[in-house]
Amino acid sequence: MVGVLGGLPQSVLSLAYLVAGVMFIQGLRDMTHPRTATRGNQISALGMFVAVAVTVLWFEILSPLVLAAALLVGGAVGAWLAVSVETTEMPQLVGLFNGFGGGASALVAGAELVDTTNGLAAGSLPVGLTATAAIAGLIGSVTFWGSLVAAGKLHGLVGDSPVSDNAGHAIKVVFLLAAVVAGLYLVVQPDVLGSSPLASWVPSYWVVVVAASVLGVFLVVPIGGADMPVVIALLNSYSGLAAATTGFVLNNTVLIVAGTLVGASGLILTVIMCESMNRSLANVLFGGLGESSESEDMEDIYEGNITETSPEEVSMLLETAGRAVIVPGYGMAVAQAQHAVAELAALLEENGVDVEFGIHPVAGRMPGHMNALLAEADVSYEKMRELEEVNPTFSQTDIVIVTGANDVVNPKANTDDSSPIAGMPVLNVSDAQTVIVNKRSLSPGFSGIPNPLFAEDNTSMLFGDAKQSMQDLLNQYKESTG
Amino acid sequence: MTFVENLTLFVLSAFVGYEVITKIPTNLHTPLMSGANAISGITLLGSVVVAGSGSTTLATVLGFLAVVMATINVVGGYLVSHFMLDQFSKGGRN
Repeated sequence: MVGVLGGLPQSVLSLAYLVAGVMFIQGLRDMTHPRTATRGNQISALGMFVAVAVTVLWFEILSPLVLAAALLVGGAVGAWLAVSVETTEMPQLVGLFNGFGGGASALVAGAELVDTTNGLAAGSLPVGLTATAAIAGLIGSVTFWGSLVAAGKLHGLVGDSPVSDNAGHAIKVVFLLAAVVAGLYLVVQPDVLGSSPLASWVPSYWVVVVAASVLGVFLVVPIGGADMPVVIALLNSYSGLAAATTGFVLNNTVLIVAGTLVGASGLILTVIMCESMNRSLANVLFGGLGESSESEDMEDIYEGNITETSPEEVSMLLETAGRAVIVPGYGMAVAQAQHAVAELAALLEENGVDVEFGIHPVAGRMPGHMNALLAEADVSYEKMRELEEVNPTFSQTDIVIVTGANDVVNPKANTDDSSPIAGMPVLNVSDAQTVIVNKRSLSPGFSGIPNPLFAEDNTSMLFGDAKQSMQDLLNQYKESTG
Repeated sequence: MTFVENLTLFVLSAFVGYEVITKIPTNLHTPLMSGANAISGITLLGSVVVAGSGSTTLATVLGFLAVVMATINVVGGYLVSHFMLDQFSKGGRN
């Protein structure tokens, strides 16, 4: 079982894996600053190349044709998807890739089991192998199906309203138990079918896979579209853990190192996302949002207190402004308004206005999504401010333009303890002199509650589609500043 | 013994990962995710080993599918990250 490099001692392979592991870590370290991040990504990719190349050269490949074909097909599909994706659709693509990672882990574990069974007397599969394979199959399958559903929701193929019902919870518990029991069975009694021909398929492993697949689907289906950043981050963590577990199956050091890094990354992002919404992970995964019984409040709050404005008026305000903050939300991304917004910001800057973007951590459909969208529209990353940085500056801000955002600027989070979003950190935009809210209507956001910000004295509503409104505002401002 | 060695590696990597990743700014979380995603495609190695050594047709078929999936994840993930990071460095020049 040794190939081109096979004559060399085992330590050479391990050293190559060490090099790859170090490159992954260095790559992530370079990600800590936008200036070095591109290089970091390349270092990481090179590390992957080293690891794969050494592995291919080391092991004797019985079917190099099969391997080459698979690499070619996968490479072509991956490259095509990456080249053709729009930044707004990035979250679902990342979700999809993530699923493939998990799926690969589950398949590898299965193949390894089948392969090992074939060379052994029935029932003598080593416990280390069966146990880790069961875990890889469980996590990998949940990741694969969960990611597919998440990607489908983000792409609008699967309904994305949050639901929470007891039947759903029961199904999840049943299939989790089924997967665990089948997994235990695989460990304790791998030769369930004795010497029948089917035994070489290791059937209990595939029971784990099927049960975990159903579990993966039912875990993600009830979660609302706006909670997808958390789900995607969590599934990212799972696919890393699946890879690490595969490393345990195959006794492969670089798989363990790399998989663990990804697991940590996904978990940290998950925690950050949950903290930004002041909700526990359990609440995001199983809770849906609290029922809102306040729909009749809406008229009391809004009645007679809504001031409508026009692009002309906003443009006039901008002409005299010294500092402006733009707060983008997912609505801006959906309307593809980021280019108009970025152009407006650039023009304001030219005219001596201090412009910054206030970005809420859960704005968008995955961690940092809004930043990526704005960067694509040529907004400098120095202009993008995080919540804690921008909040103290609102009191010195002349005008805030909120476009396509709602819950992340809802003052109820600070003032009303019974509100479903109570305690969630929000952008305190009403500290500014004037707030312009660009929205299609007064309809509530994801949380389903009214937003008293719209009724405040210093708030004016600029109704309309984000792209159209921002474009009108941009044209108006261009005209009047000549 | 091997299991304990693997576990050691796992725990130490988790600490390194925590230290490094908490320092990455929110700005770069999307590229981080797709990059991390690409790294998780390291299962490709496992797939290569298994697909290569496949002694039965079933193992080879499973291995083939695994290599395809993992390669999509690796190639796609790194490219998506690269394009996005390019936008960031372009934005930085303004």
